[in-house]
Amino acid sequence: MILAWWQNLPLFLVLCPLMCGVACSALRGKASRCVTAAMCAAESAGMAVLLWYTASGNVSFTYAMGKIGAPFGNELRAGPAEALMGLGFTLVLTLSVTGGNRSLTEDVESKRMNLFGAMIGLLTAATAAIVFTNDLFTAYVFIEITTLSACALIGVTNRGRALFSSARYMVMNLLGSGLFLLGLSMLYALTGQLLFPQLASAVDALIAENRYSVSMYLSFLLMGLGLCIKSALYPFHTWLPDAYSNATAVSGALLSSLVSKLYIFLLIKIALRAAGEEAFIHRIGDVLFLYAAVGTVLGSVHALYQRKLSRVIAYSSVAQIACVYLGIALGSGEGIAAALFYILAHSAAKSMLFVTSHKLRRACGGADGLEDLRGAARRSPLAGLAFLAGACSLVGIPGLGGFAAKMYLAQAAIGGGGWRMPALLGLLAVSTTLNAAYMLRTALILYSRDKPAGEAGKPKARDAAFAAATAVMIGLNLFLGFCGRPVIELIHRGLALFS
Amino acid sequence: MPANKKKHDAFARLADWLENGAQPLDEEIGESLADEAYEEENAAEKTIPSVEVKKQTPKKKKRQERHRRKRRDALTVGAYADAWWYRVTAFIVCVSLVGLLLYGVVRMPLFGNADTLADSEVASFYVTHTLEETGAVNIVTGIILDYRGFDTLGESHVLFVAVSSVLLLLSIRGEKDEQERLLESDREQRTEPDHDLVLQGGARLLLPLVLIFGIYIILNGHLSPGGGFSGGAVLGAGLILYQNAFGYDRIGKFFTYRTFRAVSVSALLFYALAKGYHFLTGANHIPGGIPEGTAGAILSGGLLLPLNIAVGCVVTCTMYALYTMFRRGAF
Repeated sequence: MILAWWQNLPLFLVLCPLMCGVACSALRGKASRCVTAAMCAAESAGMAVLLWYTASGNVSFTYAMGKIGAPFGNELRAGPAEALMGLGFTLVLTLSVTGGNRSLTEDVESKRMNLFGAMIGLLTAATAAIVFTNDLFTAYVFIEITTLSACALIGVTNRGRALFSSARYMVMNLLGSGLFLLGLSMLYALTGQLLFPQLASAVDALIAENRYSVSMYLSFLLMGLGLCIKSALYPFHTWLPDAYSNATAVSGALLSSLVSKLYIFLLIKIALRAAGEEAFIHRIGDVLFLYAAVGTVLGSVHALYQRKLSRVIAYSSVAQIACVYLGIALGSGEGIAAALFYILAHSAAKSMLFVTSHKLRRACGGADGLEDLRGAARRSPLAGLAFLAGACSLVGIPGLGGFAAKMYLAQAAIGGGGWRMPALLGLLAVSTTLNAAYMLRTALILYSRDKPAGEAGKPKARDAAFAAATAVMIGLNLFLGFCGRPVIELIHRGLALFS
Repeated sequence: MPANKKKHDAFARLADWLENGAQPLDEEIGESLADEAYEEENAAEKTIPSVEVKKQTPKKKKRQERHRRKRRDALTVGAYADAWWYRVTAFIVCVSLVGLLLYGVVRMPLFGNADTLADSEVASFYVTHTLEETGAVNIVTGIILDYRGFDTLGESHVLFVAVSSVLLLLSIRGEKDEQERLLESDREQRTEPDHDLVLQGGARLLLPLVLIFGIYIILNGHLSPGGGFSGGAVLGAGLILYQNAFGYDRIGKFFTYRTFRAVSVSALLFYALAKGYHFLTGANHIPGGIPEGTAGAILSGGLLLPLNIAVGCVVTCTMYALYTMFRRGAF
């Protein structure tokens, strides 16, 4: 039978950016930038259409990649949850690339711009593929693409430290990919399946017969560990601060709001769809909670000690990612929905911080130290406003996405009960205080009336793309803050369709 | 003269390259070494009365040296790489991870164990249905290019990403000025093989065989063991051999960066388009309209042959590009 036209969207959402990326490498810098921008916009539009159809019909569907579908061939799957996350990721991608356009011309040589475009295209394709995949090995293949392109995105600037950060990122992330591959192959040897639904029933059968349980849990442990390393859960975060702060603004925004979050979404998908909650989250929930709790506090404490703007933002990512893991570690459906909402809210705020921080630094002659950035927001009012909004969202000021995310997390904890409820509420209180301490301090420094130490940057022509992107980003944060209810209900509906 | 002689030793050359290549990087790190913490420490020491300063000079120097080294290590290898507890912990973590893996692996089902493979209808389905459904005599090709063609599509783009990343990262230095270019060509002359008769003779003998064999592996991939990946690797090795024997001038006559780009980009685009068409028709259950041919003939298997050729082109280009990028940082 012929599918409805919109059911073919997942295929095009993966293939088009893939081909755009490859084509970009053969184009000149400027043409490649236009193609990349158009591709990002088209990708967001496609995700939005897909979200509209899946959410209004409340359906999820699988898409066989070829004549023969599961369990023999590859398969994609799309539902409200996938489409929503995909829309969030691609929207942030589009806004970062548009808003950071000017900073790219400053940081990336024009003759390498085409390869930068290629990397963005492939990263987009990998994002879509990981979001939609219904197959463990497809996930691994596109994890590789994500890792390599992210590595190139870090090292693309002409600075020496960016290369070191890129190398360190590569080593840590390849370790993560390697562990994931080990776990995957062990699981395949046990079950003979790679597609999520078939894998889930095979795992259930193995649990029921109580066979090979050690190897099976070990394989899940390895996959989880690999994804935790790649998404920078606290003790494995060491690659993150350097990578984020030395990369150019657009790369920083993409890495923090897309790449690391993608792995968390994949982990949730594997946990819910391939392993079954029994086999995965309930077993490792306590350990995960412990790591996430430590990360929430210590990530913020690290951020307090930073003296550079980019590193403050980078370390705050460590704390926020730990918060997302807190939601997963609750183990309940509400917790996971709250974690997904947290991912969206954090992506919206963090990409804005990265893109505007470049503008603020530029306003002070490229300085990065907090002391040199005194009053930067007064020189660049729009960037200052956006930074303030992003900082407030991360702290959790009501009306912005971060507040809603923390509220849903707390609600999930209260609904779950048990010892995790007081622990999580306490952690949220501590982390909010610490967030306020460093984020609002940074914002106050930016708005101080003291004379900035650095030279004022050259007054440039108005950056319309930046202004538009920033306005949309602030709007996105406000939307998540004020209209969080329908979004989280959508996530709930999507998660209900998962099993 | 000894210094010059030393340069012909491979390891000395490598060290030389590392030294010259990493120097600008070192300077940049040096700049960031002079950070606030270091300056503060200096400022604190300046207030110490001069008599004591005289006494402490060697100590201070040592401390400064240590501080500098620590900062440097923090930037390059990690802040704690020197600490004993770091090494001990690393050792313990590695050993326990290895132990954990071994513990899990010995509890895995034995290879070929009937009761686990019987669980999987997938493997037996491949064996019984591949020839009929994909037209591939070589089941492996049928699996990787048809059933799991999406993974393979991703995998060939992994190669592309790898080469593009290397291009992006290794061409990190901006425009070279005249002197640098002279230095580079000088270095090239020293490092390139001088018309080595044995090498060239061997290459003349081997190359036709290698290239024909590589093409055969690609073209016959759906009929006999082989395919785009393995055949491409053979062809890439052939190109590398050609370059080593005859130098960049000769290979530049038919294989440059432009050739590389044109071949790999068009092969990947063709691959994605063909696979996209295949996925679209397959998922919608529309007849694809691609003739299957009789199984066992060279022109059979529908899209398998063109896809194998595309993969072969990509792998050949990737092999050679990675080699030459790491060898001299440019095409």
